[in-house]
Amino acid sequence: MRLNQKNKPKVLWFQAITCNGNTHSFLSSNDNRMKLFLDSFDLIYHPSLSVDISLKDIIESDVEIDFLLVEGAITSNERFFSISGETTTLLLNQLVSKSKYLIAVGSCASYGGLHAKFEQNEDIKGISDSLDVDNLYSLNHPVINLTGCPVHPEWIFQTLFTLKDYKKMHLDEEGRPKELYYGLAHHGCTRNEYFEWKVESKTFGLKEGCLFYEQGCRGPMTHSNCNKILWNEVNTKTRVGMPCIGCTELDFPRDNMLETKKNIGIPDQVPLGINKRAYLSLTGIAKTFKIDRLHKKLID
Amino acid sequence: MSAKEEKKNTIIENSLKLFSKNGFYNTTIPDIAKSMKMSVGNMYNYFKSKEELAKYAIKYSTNVLAIELKEINNMDISSKEKIYVFTKRYLQSVKKSPEVIEYFLRVYLSNREVFNEGCEGFLCVSEFVTEVMILLDDGAAKKEFRQQEFFPAFAMFMGALGGFAFLSGEKVLEKDVLSYSDAVAENIYRALKYEA
Ligand code: SF4
Ligand code: SF4
Repeated sequence: MRLNQKNKPKVLWFQAITCNGNTHSFLSSNDNRMKLFLDSFDLIYHPSLSVDISLKDIIESDVEIDFLLVEGAITSNERFFSISGETTTLLLNQLVSKSKYLIAVGSCASYGGLHAKFEQNEDIKGISDSLDVDNLYSLNHPVINLTGCPVHPEWIFQTLFTLKDYKKMHLDEEGRPKELYYGLAHHGCTRNEYFEWKVESKTFGLKEGCLFYEQGCRGPMTHSNCNKILWNEVNTKTRVGMPCIGCTELDFPRDNMLETKKNIGIPDQVPLGINKRAYLSLTGIAKTFKIDRLHKKLID
Repeated sequence: MSAKEEKKNTIIENSLKLFSKNGFYNTTIPDIAKSMKMSVGNMYNYFKSKEELAKYAIKYSTNVLAIELKEINNMDISSKEKIYVFTKRYLQSVKKSPEVIEYFLRVYLSNREVFNEGCEGFLCVSEFVTEVMILLDDGAAKKEFRQQEFFPAFAMFMGALGGFAFLSGEKVLEKDVLSYSDAVAENIYRALKYEA
């Protein structure tokens, strides 16, 4: 790959403490979309790809980065993580001072994610919490959090193209683009009818039943469009029979993600924006209907 | 409430008394009309059948309890206190209007065939069941109650109260029904209580 493809916005992908999952997701995006991306942007650096320049060279050069994408959590504690002897906090800040837009790719970069649960190092954070004061204000736009574990490649592309063309995106309280995160994973789930009539799936992997009461599905309280922009254009967790584990939310990863927390058999949390009393009385009634069709296999 | 609804409620209140005293099958629409000093024909303007009246009556009588429990659920007191307050109010209504509770025990629970259609499951008692759910959920979330399955907890709560109403109805209690209130509440609380 070559630096300085004229007139194309420059994109740099920086990796901090990560499992590489967002890179995997990104690289498995749809071919045409990836081609469009590469034709429209100049990806000057990604640690998993062969490029003709090092991170150090970029930092020392006067090159300007349009879009700085960051994968992974950040720490200033070099005992736990450093790259070529430098902490990720330092490298991040050096890169940000050359960048116009800063985009967190994934939950770890957004809020610290799984790594922030590591008890031996209290200084593991998301990028917003790792910026120097100067850098907080030097950017053209507030930090954009593309949450998810991993992020859907399409969310990255849509963000980059929107910013390239319109220069701004509306963000929600958690810094996520509203356009991508306004809905819930529950929207478009093929199990909605089972949810309505409270027919539960008894095990993973079945086509039938909803995963809300028994298997911890967070679809009704998780902002994402997974069931509308499908993964690999084919499927999603909930369609295939695995509960949504709420990977786009601030509290991810939670404990016991495949269980529905209950009090005396009553779900502790109910779908977003619904009063618990109303929800319980509705579900109590819904459960009294036995719709034979919903208790049968979809395909005999 | 419209005049028609008020009238409906008075009919229900009257029929609750007759149903719980004489039983569902021994009470006829003419009996109810007579007790209301109404014509039988006029009765049918309010309820098309005895079955329909019976279903309305169960909704009516559990709503009385649901409203009480909802008010208690919204109080800023511990879950233990909620049990004490509700038990007291429940026994007060057993004393004051025994027909409401008796109807539940002697008609609703023992003539299930009447309620098969339209009152399946919790359909006719859902408002009250919901309030019990709120009470239990809240207590367990605050770690005042231990975690357990819903139905055993529900049965513990309702069983103790219903059983006591039954004893009162059979007139076997030695003392005034209300004087047992705290002891009954304590039993319910102990069955639900959080254990560290
Ligand atoms: S499986 Fe989850 S997302 Fe799908 S309908 Fe049920 S609760 Fe909603
Ligand atoms: S379905 Fe839920 S857990 Fe799965 S990717 Fe979407 S938001 Fe994350």
